[in-house]
Amino acid sequence: MVFMAVTGFAVARLRNLFGVVMLTGLFSLMSAVLYVVLDAVDVAFTEAAVGAGIATVLMLSTLALTSSEERVSEAEKPMWALGLVVVTGAVLIYGTLDMAPFGDAYAPIHHHVVPRYLEKSGQEVGLPNVVTSVLASYRGYDTLGEVYVIFTAACGVLLIIGRPKRGRRRTLRMLVGEMRHGMRQNVILRVVSKLLIPFILVFALYVQWHGDFGPGGGFQAGVIFAAGFILYALIFDVDTSRMVVPSEVTRLLLALGVMLYAGVGVVGLLRGGNFLNYSVLAQEQTAGQHLGILLVEFGVGLTVAAAMITIFFTFARQEH
Amino acid sequence: MAAQYPALQVVLALLAAPVCLILRRPNAAWAVATVITWISLALALSLLGRVWETGVILYPMGDWAAPWGIEYQIDTVNAFMLVIVTLIGSVVMPFARASVEAEIEEERIYLFYCMYLLNLAGLLGIAITGDVFNLFVFLEISSLSSYVMISLGRDKRALTAAYRYLVIGTIGATFYIIGVGMMYMTTGSLNMADLAAILPAVADSRTVLVALGFLTVGLGLKLALFPLHLWLPNAYAYAPSAVTVFLAATGTKVAVYAFIRIFFTVFGGVEIFTAGVIPQILAVLAALAMIGASAVAIYQTDVKRLLAYSSIAQIGYMVLGISMVTVTGLAGTIVHLFNHAIMKGGLFMAMGCILFKIGAVQLDQFEGLGKRMPVTMAAFVAGGFSLIGVPLTVGFVSKWYLVQAALEKGWWLAVAAILASSLLAVIYIWRVVEVAYFRPPPKGSAEVSEAPLSMLVPLWILIGASYYFGIDATQTLDIAFAAAETLFAPPL
Repeated sequence: MVFMAVTGFAVARLRNLFGVVMLTGLFSLMSAVLYVVLDAVDVAFTEAAVGAGIATVLMLSTLALTSSEERVSEAEKPMWALGLVVVTGAVLIYGTLDMAPFGDAYAPIHHHVVPRYLEKSGQEVGLPNVVTSVLASYRGYDTLGEVYVIFTAACGVLLIIGRPKRGRRRTLRMLVGEMRHGMRQNVILRVVSKLLIPFILVFALYVQWHGDFGPGGGFQAGVIFAAGFILYALIFDVDTSRMVVPSEVTRLLLALGVMLYAGVGVVGLLRGGNFLNYSVLAQEQTAGQHLGILLVEFGVGLTVAAAMITIFFTFARQEH
Repeated sequence: MAAQYPALQVVLALLAAPVCLILRRPNAAWAVATVITWISLALALSLLGRVWETGVILYPMGDWAAPWGIEYQIDTVNAFMLVIVTLIGSVVMPFARASVEAEIEEERIYLFYCMYLLNLAGLLGIAITGDVFNLFVFLEISSLSSYVMISLGRDKRALTAAYRYLVIGTIGATFYIIGVGMMYMTTGSLNMADLAAILPAVADSRTVLVALGFLTVGLGLKLALFPLHLWLPNAYAYAPSAVTVFLAATGTKVAVYAFIRIFFTVFGGVEIFTAGVIPQILAVLAALAMIGASAVAIYQTDVKRLLAYSSIAQIGYMVLGISMVTVTGLAGTIVHLFNHAIMKGGLFMAMGCILFKIGAVQLDQFEGLGKRMPVTMAAFVAGGFSLIGVPLTVGFVSKWYLVQAALEKGWWLAVAAILASSLLAVIYIWRVVEVAYFRPPPKGSAEVSEAPLSMLVPLWILIGASYYFGIDATQTLDIAFAAAETLFAPPL
């Protein structure tokens, strides 16, 4: 945590945005480690994949479009902003003073809704990974909402910068562009990533279909899958990888993913249950739950992967 | 099937959004969005009818009982909110067709309607849910889509306005989720009714106090409570017309609703709200917003911006009603949510018509507009009367009940603030009227005709409604008073 504080401070002081992006990636990685220490493996996995992985790549591609140096305005330093941040931090610390001590078995958080999740989810949902049961079934509607947030973000990127541009708008003179140019020349990078990409994609599929037994699920899988494509685009060529997944395809998958999730909910509704009731999908309750969770996780994976690829390629196309 | 209406209310719009993305045709996307909005209005009306007859409707998602699962809880308050949002949407959609075609490039229109549907689903999802975390998720959907829609304005400044709103809105959402996290830490629950039952027992912990603080600031940013309103004027002024109409009439209203819900339902049994200093602080901020924002509105040269400042003042009225913590005050706020939605929607639609024909809404371009666009300007004047609070308009009804509530409390200063703010409204409306009717049209200006009927009819529906519900306010007032009483009733 000391390292995290140091990194946070460095991010605020540093003027080179390239460095800042690297440090925020580092920050995410350290918080992932922290989550592992706290036994929240699923959260750690997501943080590592999203925060340290894909977010860094997306920020780098933003830098490729803009500039990697922060312009320092010589105007007066906003002291009141610093004051506001300090006050907010102080209030947060004040609020947590009453927090139950770390690892306290009697903390209220362990005694209200959690016991049922832990004791009954085995019979009611039938999955060994309780986190998946909670995310995809008990609170499945929130997860549907989160997928829609990602869907909204991807559509927003398409809407704001995704329209076809005439002529060359920007040139590849920016830092990351040069860096990428360097990377293409590097034999080791090319060979290693070529070797790695199939494994990354297979690993993503494993995470996708194994989320009900171990840590993982659609979010992480989608991100990892997208990372495979983006890695190829970064090291080799944007256009070649775009040929594998044309924009029409990603756009379709983007829509189909969320529709699959919501559609499973509607099927539950048509078969006499409430929206997102998976138990009615099959004869047996747990079989229905299992089927429902697999399908919605697949929907999550589709939309997340398509959204990440869409966002990256929309950024990348701006350079041409 | 009627039992499934609560889910369909939100899910229809959610499912229609990706359909628009696949269709990729502007007209088809518009048709889908319009039909879905109208069906949603029918669903909302039927839900309000059922709540009115049989009381609270509970709908557990996935049949997982609360607090383990997420539950929709619909009472008079949120059923009324659902009607407001879908009603405005239903009137905006016919208006939007011509207006959006004129203001947004053709290849982006289908994505625009996709965003609109997501925004609609987000707002409905906030209004309908009985779960504080689920509220956050839908707040994110509605916020993200509104940033995107605002950025589509023709003016370059729309992008900066949207970016500013994005930064401030994200801080607001983060503060809200910190507050929710702290409540979860002390109670272990996310369900509103469940929280209301547990919170009184742990209310004296610092964590709950800080949670309330974060929730107040977070939602205050979202509803543009003075002095947290800085994102609003530019966002409304530079957004495409249809977006301004829809967001001004629904976006901040839903945030006000969430504020009411958190304070009166979740913290209903806790005395730190009713007995502490928070009501006084809110009342002072509300009065400052009412007078300050109205005064700033007088000096605006962009009429859309002028109306945006007037919205901040109107939000002041709503917060004033909340701060009284009485049934009359709260009923005044709730009825004003509806009344302000229809009159401000109408006024921004008039701006949309003028933008459609003239291309700008700077005050000096209004010269002689009373003669050139008589139907539109008449609607503007009629809506302006309502904003001022002339008798027979909805604006009068809201102010009447707010003044009554203030008198019950003996808050003479609040009464004075309401009157002063109304006088300032007379000035800023008069400035526009004077330029439009008493100055000759600039020489050499082309004869300008009226906007198409598809824009004028929705405009006059809203303006007409602001007189209909001003002359016969029994329906809206009955609902508002019933809603206010529900909020003060002890939690289930």
